[in-house]
Amino acid sequence: MSKHPQSLRVVIVDDEAPARSRIRDLLEDCAGSFPLELLGEAASGRELLELLEETPADVVLLDIRMPEMDGLEVAQHMLKLPEPPSVIFTTAYNDHALKAFELHAVDYLLKPIRLRRLHDALTRVRAITPLRLDVLQQITPDARTHLSVQERGRVVLIPVTEILYLRAELKYVTVRTKAREHLLEESLSKLEQEFSAQFVRIHRSCLVAKAHIIGFDKEGGDGGEARWVVTLAGLDEKLPVSRRQQHIVKELGRNVL
Amino acid sequence: MTTLSACSGVIFGLNQPMASINQNRHPNLLPNFRNLGVMLRVLVIVIAMTVVAAALKSSNWYATLNQWLGISALAQPIVILSLLLLGVADRWLHKLDYPFAVAVIVAVELGIVTMVVTATSSVFIPDAPGLARSWFFTAVATLLVLAYFNLRSRMLSPALTEARLQALQARIRPHFLFNSINAVLSLVRNEPRRAETALEDLADLFRVLMADNRDLVPLEREVELCRQYLGLEALRLGDRLRVDWQVEKMPGDAMVPPLLLQPLLENAVYHGIEPSMEPGVISIHIFSDRDRVQMSLRNPYRQQGSHHIGNKMALANIRERLSLHFDAEARLQTRSSDGQYEVRITLPYVKEGK
Repeated sequence: MSKHPQSLRVVIVDDEAPARSRIRDLLEDCAGSFPLELLGEAASGRELLELLEETPADVVLLDIRMPEMDGLEVAQHMLKLPEPPSVIFTTAYNDHALKAFELHAVDYLLKPIRLRRLHDALTRVRAITPLRLDVLQQITPDARTHLSVQERGRVVLIPVTEILYLRAELKYVTVRTKAREHLLEESLSKLEQEFSAQFVRIHRSCLVAKAHIIGFDKEGGDGGEARWVVTLAGLDEKLPVSRRQQHIVKELGRNVL
Repeated sequence: MTTLSACSGVIFGLNQPMASINQNRHPNLLPNFRNLGVMLRVLVIVIAMTVVAAALKSSNWYATLNQWLGISALAQPIVILSLLLLGVADRWLHKLDYPFAVAVIVAVELGIVTMVVTATSSVFIPDAPGLARSWFFTAVATLLVLAYFNLRSRMLSPALTEARLQALQARIRPHFLFNSINAVLSLVRNEPRRAETALEDLADLFRVLMADNRDLVPLEREVELCRQYLGLEALRLGDRLRVDWQVEKMPGDAMVPPLLLQPLLENAVYHGIEPSMEPGVISIHIFSDRDRVQMSLRNPYRQQGSHHIGNKMALANIRERLSLHFDAEARLQTRSSDGQYEVRITLPYVKEGK
């Protein structure tokens, strides 16, 4: 008890209520041997991020398989917080991630969780090295469902399906949705790789969402050459297609028009 | 653990039928004459035989065609009459000893041939065979057809064992077991009675999963199992899982392969309910339509992720078992539209003891 001057603040994240209640029971059992405090519970990654905005936590027990956004992705977004909590993943099955967890000393618990193992994991949580983004990205097989940016101490989630285009600026990438723009600190070429199924490069510095393309037009330059431009749903701005990428007009135009 | 029980299942499965079933009766060696697939096979075999016979008797294609028309004019009424008669007598024939049943069938065929040949003797058919030759050809053809079905059923019985094994492997995702146990553990302290029921359901489910699943079971038992399965899933998914049962017109005594619906429901939960935080409905509609049983399972379909391999495996597995049991008479179709995924199954309405 004297080991920790402060009690450990814990958050449970699982989409299944019984799974949360099971961990709650076990935490009560643990509370007998060292001080901990259950800060709250969340049924999804989004709920977790909202909860962490209000109150910082020390450790998050994070389920991997969840609807909308899986635990591995949630952990990536969480790292954008000023003081990200430690993560202990929970999972019911031996998925491929477990090997990677072992390799990179990422903490995880197999469901059904044993009191003993939870106790051990919580005891050493303050000693373990924090999660690293590159490790998480390496483990996560699928493209993310959301991008995230940090704004005034909180993490804003942007659903990938709502993004119209991504444009590289000097230091940042501009993420444009119907509602507004965000500035993202990631490289455009990595984004292009990750979202190659949904986005297409129209220009050296611009990726547009295939789903939002309404059509292609030819615009006459002032006395110069005519060039292709893309129209996106809900956006007045027209984006130029570079000469090198003109083949996409043919490839996508057929499906669009 | 699974591997171990699967292995012991093989040994058990191979020994037992030899000892107990085959000596008393021959349920599989004689085909089911009421099965559409069997009838079609008989027709195709006989037509093939007549074509060969016609080709042997003639020197060019034109003559072959002529010969064949002549032979068919005799053979087709015989086949059709035979199929009718055997269809009617099917149940009785299956009660007989196999050699005796074969003798009866040959005798019946000879009778039919005698009838047809004498009846058509007044009609001119070029090069019509005499009665003695007709008898000879009929006996040979009948024995060949029966030998074919005998061989086929011998070949299929290991396939059925195989199908059972496959069923064992393809069914129940391991994560269902662990998630369920986890859910039950959460109930133990606060709702011990619900925990008891859940464990009983889990035990029932696994009893069926590990059983010898070659024999058909009544549909109502399969449906009961599905209810237990969905009950367990509801435990952990809560409000997200909604089930709409439309089974008032279900023929509960129809015999179906065990674990016909449960794996489909498991897919429905996995692909339709789990990927969303919003509640989703799985609807199950079963009814009888004259001599068929119709089933339809629908679930929301979310275009997300890449877990289609599991679904395809389960479908292929069920299709294979359906065709082993019902040949061409059962059908399984899938389609997805408007965010809904639907599996439709059509089976012949067969009751117990057949």
